[in-house]
Amino acid sequence: MRQLRSELPALLLLGALALAPFVGFGEGYVLTLLARAMILAMAAVALSLLVGGAGLVSMGHAAMMGFGAYAVVILDDARIVEAHVVLPVAILAAAGFALVTGAVAVRTSGVHFIMITLAFGQMAFFTATSLAGYGGDDGYTLYARNTVAGGRLLENKLAFHYVCLGALTASWLLCRMLLASRFGRVLRAVKGNPMRAQALGFDPYPYRLTAYVIAGAIGGAAGFLFANAAEFVAPAYISWQRSGELLFMVILGGLSGLHGALLGALGFVLLEEWLSHQWEHWRILFGVLLILAVLFLPNGLSGIPGQVAKGFRRG
Amino acid sequence: MAEALLSLRNLRKRFGGLAVTDDVSLDVTPGEIHAIIGPNGAGKTTLINEISGVLPVDAGQVFFAGRDITALPLHRRARLGLARSFQITSVIPAFTALENTALAVQAGAGSSFRFFRPASTEQRLNQAAMAALEAVGLGARAQVPAGAMSHGEKRQLELAIALATEPRLLLLDEPLAGAGPEETERLIGILRSLRGRYTIVLVEHDMQAVFALADRISVLVYGRVIATGATEEIRANPEVKAAYLGEDEMTLDHVP
Repeated sequence: MRQLRSELPALLLLGALALAPFVGFGEGYVLTLLARAMILAMAAVALSLLVGGAGLVSMGHAAMMGFGAYAVVILDDARIVEAHVVLPVAILAAAGFALVTGAVAVRTSGVHFIMITLAFGQMAFFTATSLAGYGGDDGYTLYARNTVAGGRLLENKLAFHYVCLGALTASWLLCRMLLASRFGRVLRAVKGNPMRAQALGFDPYPYRLTAYVIAGAIGGAAGFLFANAAEFVAPAYISWQRSGELLFMVILGGLSGLHGALLGALGFVLLEEWLSHQWEHWRILFGVLLILAVLFLPNGLSGIPGQVAKGFRRG
Repeated sequence: MAEALLSLRNLRKRFGGLAVTDDVSLDVTPGEIHAIIGPNGAGKTTLINEISGVLPVDAGQVFFAGRDITALPLHRRARLGLARSFQITSVIPAFTALENTALAVQAGAGSSFRFFRPASTEQRLNQAAMAALEAVGLGARAQVPAGAMSHGEKRQLELAIALATEPRLLLLDEPLAGAGPEETERLIGILRSLRGRYTIVLVEHDMQAVFALADRISVLVYGRVIATGATEEIRANPEVKAAYLGEDEMTLDHVP
């Protein structure tokens, strides 16, 4: 029971997303927005595994999505559009990049880890801008979305909505399972007290590297969906600003559990969308709101119920 | 004498111009409680750090069960059965007492690269962890997050964690540090119950505790071992008395 209650926020969110198309959020424009939010939430959940689970604050997570997205681009250019080929390539490309860069990066921690992941992310960004054959700076427009068993399933907005929801749910379940496992316990121990974990005989390195690669793989899958959602890929997807946004979603939602990342990503994307329709200079307001959130929500959006309850008790 | 479980041979370590470990040689025989005492700044914690692998030494060798472990890092030494507690309490605050201890059991119970089953449902880990918690009197506090425990309880938990790894050698760095009189008494009781079952290297300031617990004592002054021997020999040793003059002389003389 206790476990079920701690999972309740995530289950409610996912349930709401499943119902959304039938309760007035079924318009094409809204579904596009929700798909974008769910895909970013997927990347954010993976990042939350690193930040909240392993204490690895990555500023290069957008590069993982970038590898997935550019796998779609490069295969599209070669006329390889079957999802059952493209998706594994996207995942492996991102996981491979995570393995190579993580092998160096996870040896560091704290600020050094932030800087080194930022540097690797920028490396990926500049590589993407120099891919002249794939549009360089301007980006690349796909011929069409990837096909599933020869069919155009992903072209259907409603179907795509549920594909994204399924991918998000699977990512959440995977990360949740990992955190609860023996592996995840060591990861959390290394975050909580690295010296203690080592004194017990755990070398943090292989655990952190494995987590980094898994988070990269999920990021790659998110990148695959992102490319398909927009039918367009540009280096801007890999920029450090995007990495920063992902990190912000995780922190905005709260680090106390994976559902924070879900909440943070959805809140971030929807708030951004809503504000941009209210006022031309909405970014100023957006920034102020984010700062206020950090100042007054120490446990993020997912900590609001607890804070409210505490406020009531205090009278 | 039985073959030593832990042998230090001519260990040396300098911090800048200061020799913190100066030609230290020491043997710890299986089953004994070997206390290391000395005035503040004698290099006791440094020595524990060198034995456990937190700090590299400049020269000399550390042998554990006949094997040269001088070059092994902390986690490898832990795998060989060298468990340590920390002078400053070192538990994982977000974990419950049970999970802190179960993690220690897990370290010695096969691979931790297992991804599927929730670790908290592994009864084998939980049972061994509960046994260790009960051995230090924390059985009833198993579900309390370590961060929410009192200082004395954290010291007990620290011991439970060390025990749960089923160590061959227990390195205890001031297990009584910061504990109140009652807590101290309880901890001494726990340590006494471990006597004979574990080989223990004990660094401790509380002389009363040291003389009550130790089989043998080594006295460290300015990084050098000035005397090693049975409790009574150390108590009578004039050099030791001189080293403690003006510092812990009172304590030493008033030990019952």
